[in-house]
Amino acid sequence: MFAAATPADLTAARAQMALSLGWHIILACFGVGMPALTVFAEWRGLRTGNEDYVRLARQWARAMGVLFAVGAVSGTILSFEMGLLWPGLMATYGQVIGLPFALEGFAFFIEAIFLGIYLYAWDRLSPHRHVLTGLPVCVAGVASAFFVVAANAWMNQPRGFDLVNGAVTRVRPWRALFNPAMPWQVVHMVLAAFMVTGFGIASVYAAGMLRGRRDRYHRIGLLLPFIVAAVVTPVQIVVGDTLARFLATRQPAKLAAIEGLNHTGSHRPISVGGLYLGGRIRYALRIPDGLSLLVGYRPGAVVQGLDRVPPADRPPINPVHLSFQAMVAIGFGLLALSAWLALSWWRRRDLPRSRWFLWFCAVAGVASVVALEAGWVTTEVGRQPWIVWHHQRTADAVNPAPGLWAGLVAVLVVYTVLTVAIAYVLNRLRSRPVGAPQEGWAEEYEP
Amino acid sequence: MTSAQWLLVLTWVGVTLYALLGGADFGGGFWDMLAGGARRGFAQRRLIEHSIGPVWEANHVWLIFVLVMFWTCFPRVFASVASTLYIPLTLIAFGIIARGAAFAFRKASTELWQLRLFGGAFALSSILTPFFLGTVAGGVASGRVPPGLARGDLLTSWWNPTSVLAGLVAVGSTAYLAAVYLTGDARRGGDTGLAEAFRHRALVTAVVTGAIVLGGIVVLRDDAPRLYAGLTGRALPLVAVSGFAGIVSLVLLLLRHYTTARLAAGLAVAAVLWGWAAAQYPLLLPPDVTVTRAAADPPVLHATLASVVVGMVLLVPSLLWLFALFQRTPKR
Repeated sequence: MFAAATPADLTAARAQMALSLGWHIILACFGVGMPALTVFAEWRGLRTGNEDYVRLARQWARAMGVLFAVGAVSGTILSFEMGLLWPGLMATYGQVIGLPFALEGFAFFIEAIFLGIYLYAWDRLSPHRHVLTGLPVCVAGVASAFFVVAANAWMNQPRGFDLVNGAVTRVRPWRALFNPAMPWQVVHMVLAAFMVTGFGIASVYAAGMLRGRRDRYHRIGLLLPFIVAAVVTPVQIVVGDTLARFLATRQPAKLAAIEGLNHTGSHRPISVGGLYLGGRIRYALRIPDGLSLLVGYRPGAVVQGLDRVPPADRPPINPVHLSFQAMVAIGFGLLALSAWLALSWWRRRDLPRSRWFLWFCAVAGVASVVALEAGWVTTEVGRQPWIVWHHQRTADAVNPAPGLWAGLVAVLVVYTVLTVAIAYVLNRLRSRPVGAPQEGWAEEYEP
Repeated sequence: MTSAQWLLVLTWVGVTLYALLGGADFGGGFWDMLAGGARRGFAQRRLIEHSIGPVWEANHVWLIFVLVMFWTCFPRVFASVASTLYIPLTLIAFGIIARGAAFAFRKASTELWQLRLFGGAFALSSILTPFFLGTVAGGVASGRVPPGLARGDLLTSWWNPTSVLAGLVAVGSTAYLAAVYLTGDARRGGDTGLAEAFRHRALVTAVVTGAIVLGGIVVLRDDAPRLYAGLTGRALPLVAVSGFAGIVSLVLLLLRHYTTARLAAGLAVAAVLWGWAAAQYPLLLPPDVTVTRAAADPPVLHATLASVVVGMVLLVPSLLWLFALFQRTPKR
């Protein structure tokens, strides 16, 4: 097996991967969710002749053009980093997880081709044909997410190969793709993408309404994405709960880390909040039998604790526990916000009158991104110290070349600049009158 | 042919398409860099913007296709190359992100300082990225990447005569392809002056790149004798095709037959890539890692081959429609 040049290099490689993945995942979510919203708005505009829908579709298409372009390249960085940072993983298991990535490649191809057509051919196709070219983008975006998350699910539930003296043989790529963790992880991720997109876009228009722009354009811009996200939120909570129950049987070390549960047994409590200090959870609100009830629907249900996991194989508890708590808390907060709108709509067919509602909506976008990142930390850090669960340690997969920390520094600089630039460009797009999506500086700038 | 050989051919088709399509997009950045001041270069930059805007993302996916094919079908080769050539590959990754992001940001900009900032980042990264891609190719072709994780020299594996030569040839080829393509695009757009300007550039670039290639023969003989023997032996017909197609493309440019000049220029670049492949086959990592030794488990190869064939059925018509749509002048 191989080892990093120094422990600092391993930490640097992990930090670099975490940063570039955590950054890309936000753009990827918009890539999955935003085409559907944009195409729907364009179609509504065509059907009803409502100019506001047309304006929104154009505005979202322009933002999508920026987000997709940056997402395409930040996703490419990840496929480089798979080899640059984790050649041990790729050398041994690259062939096992290659198939979902190959399929993802084709989904991404279709997405890029039709996005090019959708964004640049507004004046080259009839309106109805143009709407139709958006549909492959929507389908391919979800398909990309499916394949990529299937590969990640495989890292949690590796299947479809035999190991003989440390060498991979008899690979069954379709079994690897359809591993047991795949269905729930994929659904959880795709729903998360629609929540991030929906709450994210809605928050922009909520902020606009707080500044006094209460026209129909802003109302639709808030309501359409918000309703999509609000419908998804309760489903997401059920799916998340199912995924946690899946962990109880299939990846108990991760659930034990999530709950900070030391001892295996029945009548296990659930800890809300708190920190894992001195070997146990402190300062938490403990609900007796709570975890046993959630996992097995009865107080006597046995839940595995960390005592069944050798100390060297335990994930770090606090990051996993805290990020899971943050994700669940935000999820229920967003559910409450959705219920508020539903109630108001049921009573008076209108948005809630309170300014607080707009304030919460304006924050919901950032909150859903925080929940997304927290969920990602839960599943990734919760798998540690393994990169392939129970098969390969992260420390054995890292590139043994020295100087990986330099890559981390460079990535930090690059992503900081990119974050500033993308925020600046999107903010300018928001405040400018809406032009046709295919037009850019070459039409607007006068030399 | 075995599945591994078929997959290698398909991957190399991907490399070729990336060079011809994605390469030309990089070349667009090269000419963007040299277009001159904001006022003088406006028309050229606008043409470049319109030519690559709708297609560069799709063209870029060929690179992802190639990476994924390599790690799925030849995982140990991928891991060896990635770990040893860590430095240029990291720089390529940064170049790719800077190029794509800056191009998208520039499209959404209107003020001069933004156009300069994002345009400059786009242009600079468009020149550096193909250079480093070339150094990676040179490192592999000259046998400087041994099998195993980071077993090669982290610096001289890509900073050596063959790599630098390959990097320069890559930059020259992308600039040449872009100039030839842009000449045709400019004429279709009805701007004869612009077409003449790019035609002139294409001619100059062809001569310069040709000179680098000729001088490179000496470099390869000393620095990479095995590659040199392959190129002058088994791969000689392809090398000859490349040279001949290059000259034909020059003649066609002089005669202002821009569509056929495109095909000839593309053939010249493609023949270099296939010449390299023919010279090196069946070795993936010279001197001793062969296709058969490096190939993944047969079920993986079969599943990937089937997926690629099915994927192509979806991909090829979509891609052709994309190109057809934007090679027509829009109805106003």
